[in-house]
Amino acid sequence: MTLTIPALRAATAGRRRRRPLGVTLAVAFLALATVTAVLAPVLAPHPPDATSLLNSLAPPGTEGHPLGTDSTGRDVLSRIMYGARLSLLAPLGVVLLSGLLGTAVGLLAARAGGWADAVLSRGMDIVFAFPSLLLAMLVVAVFGPGLTAPICALAVGYTPFVGRVVRSMAIQEGARPYMECYRVMGFGEWSVALRHLLPNMLPVLLAQSALAFGYALVDLAALSYLGLGVRPPDADWGSMIAEARSAILQGEPWSGLLPGLAVILTVVSVNVLGEHLGGAVSGKQRAGT
Amino acid sequence: MTEPVLTVTSLVKRFGPVVAVDEVSFELMPGACLGIVGESGSGKTTIARVLAGLERPTSGTVTLAGEVVRDHSRRARRWRARQLQMIFQDPYGSFDPRQSIARSIAEPLRLHRPGARERHRARVEELLDQVGLDARAGAALPRELSGGQRQRAAIARALAIEPRVLVLDEAVAALDVSIQAQILTLLDDLRRGTGIAYVFVSHDLAVVRHVTDTAIVMRHGRVVERGETGRILRSPQHPYTRLLLDSIPAPGWDLDRVARDRRALDPHPAHGESSCSTSTT
Repeated sequence: MTLTIPALRAATAGRRRRRPLGVTLAVAFLALATVTAVLAPVLAPHPPDATSLLNSLAPPGTEGHPLGTDSTGRDVLSRIMYGARLSLLAPLGVVLLSGLLGTAVGLLAARAGGWADAVLSRGMDIVFAFPSLLLAMLVVAVFGPGLTAPICALAVGYTPFVGRVVRSMAIQEGARPYMECYRVMGFGEWSVALRHLLPNMLPVLLAQSALAFGYALVDLAALSYLGLGVRPPDADWGSMIAEARSAILQGEPWSGLLPGLAVILTVVSVNVLGEHLGGAVSGKQRAGT
Repeated sequence: MTEPVLTVTSLVKRFGPVVAVDEVSFELMPGACLGIVGESGSGKTTIARVLAGLERPTSGTVTLAGEVVRDHSRRARRWRARQLQMIFQDPYGSFDPRQSIARSIAEPLRLHRPGARERHRARVEELLDQVGLDARAGAALPRELSGGQRQRAAIARALAIEPRVLVLDEAVAALDVSIQAQILTLLDDLRRGTGIAYVFVSHDLAVVRHVTDTAIVMRHGRVVERGETGRILRSPQHPYTRLLLDSIPAPGWDLDRVARDRRALDPHPAHGESSCSTSTT
């Protein structure tokens, strides 16, 4: 509260101008990945499942195959582009589902309080303690391979991450005097929670979601690598790495390293972005209170 | 003879073993102003919170406009809100930090006086004008306003519902003395203009003298003295009221005597009390 308004404006303007290079790069890479995924049929030089056994395991730089080919002669670049669709969409599904579930559970626990809070919080602790990858594998074992089941399983596994943050923020924000003002004005608990509590938590939720996206991408890639996610000949980055195992042993690592690189770059970008969002939020809160 | 707009009968509020409010009764006539005076922990804020529906009384009744306030259903909550509004001590925290002042004032309007958006906008402007704020203050975020401006905005928001009773819980305690005077003058003008009744909760006897017609003095949750404000301050009957008056710094102020009187009044002083506790909130 010691900051004057002009000083505050200057501080916010200064922060906007000095966006770190890493964040710009991360945003650029994620934009590129999204565009590639959406426009894969237009941009990809080859169909992702066109095999050519004569031209297998070509190194990057081969004519017509800028990133080389895999052990059955499929174009690695095209497969990475098509693979981006599932590799980006599936984690997005996990983030959206777990965001919805977590927000609902967290708000419910914070607003209800008492034994309901205790039950929900302990429930979240149990899910939290259970490895989500193991949960996903169990679900696949029951429902068979494919992406829907692991997406749902991971969403449930990630719910406590969101739920705990939402619960503690809702309790903290709910203790602010303006919440009581709305009650005195005759507003109901839930309408205040939805119209004032949730919007004020949104930036933190966004930052949290960005981090969860990275984890989900890695988990789903691991599932695909284990052969429990995407079914061939569909491509995603995890299954591409799995299919490259024999080639790596033969001393031709490219068809496995490149999709691996795509996973790493995406996760790092998303994490950098999430960290930046979280930092901006806490900075704003410090200036605002 | 007009009916009182607010009647409190044998109000008791316990927090576990602590009795915060003990058998308190009072009446408030339409357009009148009642002061509730006492030091920290005397139970005056608890009374305000019970009146506003933020706490349920352990026993006793609150009667608003002739109806006993009972259940906490949606309809009852809204009806109570239309009868009685409250201004809090902290003008910094009473607004959603994300919303402009005008939007915050429009919200209760939308809930209690449904109508066209245009009509609401005009009414918000009118309300801002009534409390001495301009359109620029209305467009500002809460953090861009001073404490006094925020308290004016909080009053405008309460008036939007057109309640018959306004409870002011230490409403000027957090403000500078010069700003206090402005807000008190504003409250006085509003009362004359709208016929709204005030319950004015304060530890500050000078402020209470300025605003209220009648007052009750509270100590340890009980009413120790009641009557016309001027009379209470001129010739206090209860030793505690006298002690409160003596605790105000003035020429010839005798700290030793204040401490002695307090010891005489309360042989086993409660935890945390000191001879200057009337200056804290």
